Amino acid sequence: MTHLDPSSTGLARRDFLKVSATAAAGMSLGFFWPTHGNAAETPKLNAWIEIQTDDTVIIRYARTEMGQGSRTSAPMLVADELEADWKKVRIEYATAHENLRTKRAYGDMATVGSRTIRNSQEYLRKAGATAREMLIAAAAAQWGVPASECTAALGKVSHAASKRSLSYGKLAAAAAKLEAPKEVKLKDPKDWKIIGKSLPRVDIPDIVTGKIRYGIDAQVPGMMYAAVAASPVFNGKVKSLDASKVENRRGIVKVLNMGEFVAVVANNWWRAKEALREVAIDWETGDNGQLTSAVIMNSFKAGMGQAELAVARNDGNTVQALGTAAKVLEAEYFTPYLAHATMEPMVCTAWLQGDKLDVWTSTQNPENTLAVAAATAGVAQDKVTVHPMQLGGGLGRKSPQDFTRQGVMIAKAMAGTPVKMVWSREEDMQHDLYRPASLVRFKGGMDNDGKVQALHIRVSAPSILATLLRLPLPKGVDGQAVASFNDHPYDIPNSLVDYAQRNTNVPVGFWRTVGHSQNPYMRECFIDEMALAAGKDPLAFRLANLGQKSPRDVAILQAVAKAADWGGPLPKGVFRGIAETEGYGSYTACVCEVSVSDKGDVKIHRVVIGIDPGYAVNPDNIEAQLQGSVVHGLSAIFWGEMTIKDGRIEQSNFHDYRMMRLNEMPVVKAVIAPTGGFWGGVGEPAQAPLAPALCNAIAAASGKRIRSLPLKNHGMSLKA
Amino acid sequence: MKLEVNRQVRELDVEPDMPLLWALRDELDVKGPKFGCGVAQCGSCTVLLNGEPVRSCSYPVSAAVGQKVVTIEGLAQKDKLHPVQQAWIDHQVPQCGYCQGGQILVAVALLKKKPKPTDQDIDAAMGNICRCGTYARIRTAIHAVAKKGVRA
Repeated sequence: MTHLDPSSTGLARRDFLKVSATAAAGMSLGFFWPTHGNAAETPKLNAWIEIQTDDTVIIRYARTEMGQGSRTSAPMLVADELEADWKKVRIEYATAHENLRTKRAYGDMATVGSRTIRNSQEYLRKAGATAREMLIAAAAAQWGVPASECTAALGKVSHAASKRSLSYGKLAAAAAKLEAPKEVKLKDPKDWKIIGKSLPRVDIPDIVTGKIRYGIDAQVPGMMYAAVAASPVFNGKVKSLDASKVENRRGIVKVLNMGEFVAVVANNWWRAKEALREVAIDWETGDNGQLTSAVIMNSFKAGMGQAELAVARNDGNTVQALGTAAKVLEAEYFTPYLAHATMEPMVCTAWLQGDKLDVWTSTQNPENTLAVAAATAGVAQDKVTVHPMQLGGGLGRKSPQDFTRQGVMIAKAMAGTPVKMVWSREEDMQHDLYRPASLVRFKGGMDNDGKVQALHIRVSAPSILATLLRLPLPKGVDGQAVASFNDHPYDIPNSLVDYAQRNTNVPVGFWRTVGHSQNPYMRECFIDEMALAAGKDPLAFRLANLGQKSPRDVAILQAVAKAADWGGPLPKGVFRGIAETEGYGSYTACVCEVSVSDKGDVKIHRVVIGIDPGYAVNPDNIEAQLQGSVVHGLSAIFWGEMTIKDGRIEQSNFHDYRMMRLNEMPVVKAVIAPTGGFWGGVGEPAQAPLAPALCNAIAAASGKRIRSLPLKNHGMSLKA
Repeated sequence: MKLEVNRQVRELDVEPDMPLLWALRDELDVKGPKFGCGVAQCGSCTVLLNGEPVRSCSYPVSAAVGQKVVTIEGLAQKDKLHPVQQAWIDHQVPQCGYCQGGQILVAVALLKKKPKPTDQDIDAAMGNICRCGTYARIRTAIHAVAKKGVRA
């Protein structure tokens, strides 16, 4: 099995560009898509761009869409450099099998780590610019004028001196025969016409009419449906099963013992799911059934005193500086395991016909889907087709391919018959790859002026990279476990960050915002504790300790503070909290305004949340991501925790893993403050400063310092 | 049994207690209603029965016989979008979109009863879960339909 994973997927960008150049040269010699209906007539300028005679520009999108909006914003980058008329652009998916066949002409296809724009912006813009130059060259040749006298705009090349112009549709065939220029000049950001505009997302019309197809909506003739159950105790196996009660039931096709799980195959998913409840399964769980949340906490606590620790950061001499500091503070913070609970549970439809395999699933990583499917079925990778589908949310859950493996195992057992596997919500919550729980101890030393002299952060937590991806950890450090600690922006002369890797049976994975979903909460709350101890205003304290070292952190902090009127008057009983952090290449900050009743009702009067992503490609979509980050964050902050008893997850559905609803939605003011010169992510980073800003506001309002989440465990509830 | 779905009479032979959701999805290939929880918690499976929103994952198909079932696919009249659908586009409400068919149908039912809903009316009616967090825009879009005064 290949592990094309969120942190280390495949080709570096530099390697990709070489491949891309080769591929583009191949295409100019008449390289067409066999899968495309009218491909033979559609000139292809490079892997990303085809132009039809009616001026329709087809731009390929090589990632997936799960609500983050990049199916619109990534092609905007191509279209801007191409000088395309956006109204004539049609976006089509590149597929994993095409990427395989073209030796990765599309590069990385994984939609993870908020990196679709920031990691592909350069080659996407170059693809657009290259095609633009080829179209200009084709026009210049036809008119017999120098290319330098021709300009491209809105899907046309014009020659001003002779007042001639030709549309791209008329030039594409000739342009496709030209050699692609090796060097192209990208536009100055001030000349962008499409990038930076709030354009409507291309998938929304199909969403509101119900036409859009998610993984769960795959429809294949003769298809059967599977409901599955894995051992509720992690790592358990099927010891025996008795399906005699259901085998002759209406619609039941087969009950499969797959060793790791049981599948009931039927001609309707409800029939399969109902029958599965009555299959008597005896699980072999060994001593895995002993695990509890308390056992895990004890292991984390033991990690705190572990003799050998991995060192993630070591500036100056922290231990010594703490010994001599005028004021020393110490605090321990905890964050729990969390489930993703995407609205669409895990699904996989697979159809094995001989050595040919078709897969329809909601995946954040189609290349990994293809690799896992081929390995599971035992077929060659070039015999596998992964059909692109919209995702009913991803949140990081749909990058690992455990569900594809299950679906293909079933398809193999049912060879010849297409089978759609759908997980129940209970299966989804109990067999997630959870956001790791973590225990973190802070020790901070200040001088008498409130300048932090030393900061020691010790992390005791599982490693996603070591357990899920089985990657070797550089110097024993999981970068996600220490994210925002090892790279904290504060100008502190002595910083020590160390890490005790504490893995358990509970499988862990990438949950939207990953390490930044928990570490900034702890860091920025501890910073507040120090500000309070120093008798300083939380914003002033941060600015003083950031110093000159991190101008972008300072800029977003100031922008959000200004938008929130930090220091300005508030109604009686309303208090503010503030926090900032960097993450996914972007800079974020948040101010929350809350009041807390004696009973623990937390009323959020306003959330001001801001991001500096360098360039804001589609601002309206960024606003949507900021609003979404607040909702995703608040559900976790108030209620989110997965607890373990008898080796299994205790929560099973939305009644005991509560989600925020519309009536609880606070007012959100989004601050989009791009400062230019870099490209940051948008889907995840804004969640990071929310929890600390909220908990700092709660501390200001109630005097209660929240050192563990969720808030329900502190007797607090979100007041609608 | 006979079921009227999106103004078409469809014939199907299933157990009377099969949830309407699975009759629609797996028997009639009507995929707009989505499976989210199976226990009437999330509302992704919402359909309209005689204009009333119902969580079809927990509603027996036999009880829908004789009623008009409308799913998100049946909301637009021919090519003319329902004003709520148009408002959802105008205000760029959906993110992943999985829950949005249900959200739209609940909004349609709300606006039919209360063409000028207050924030409290919206709070009370719009109980479906959205994990992407589109709540603020849902509220804005509903108010926009109300303001236009189009009969929803």
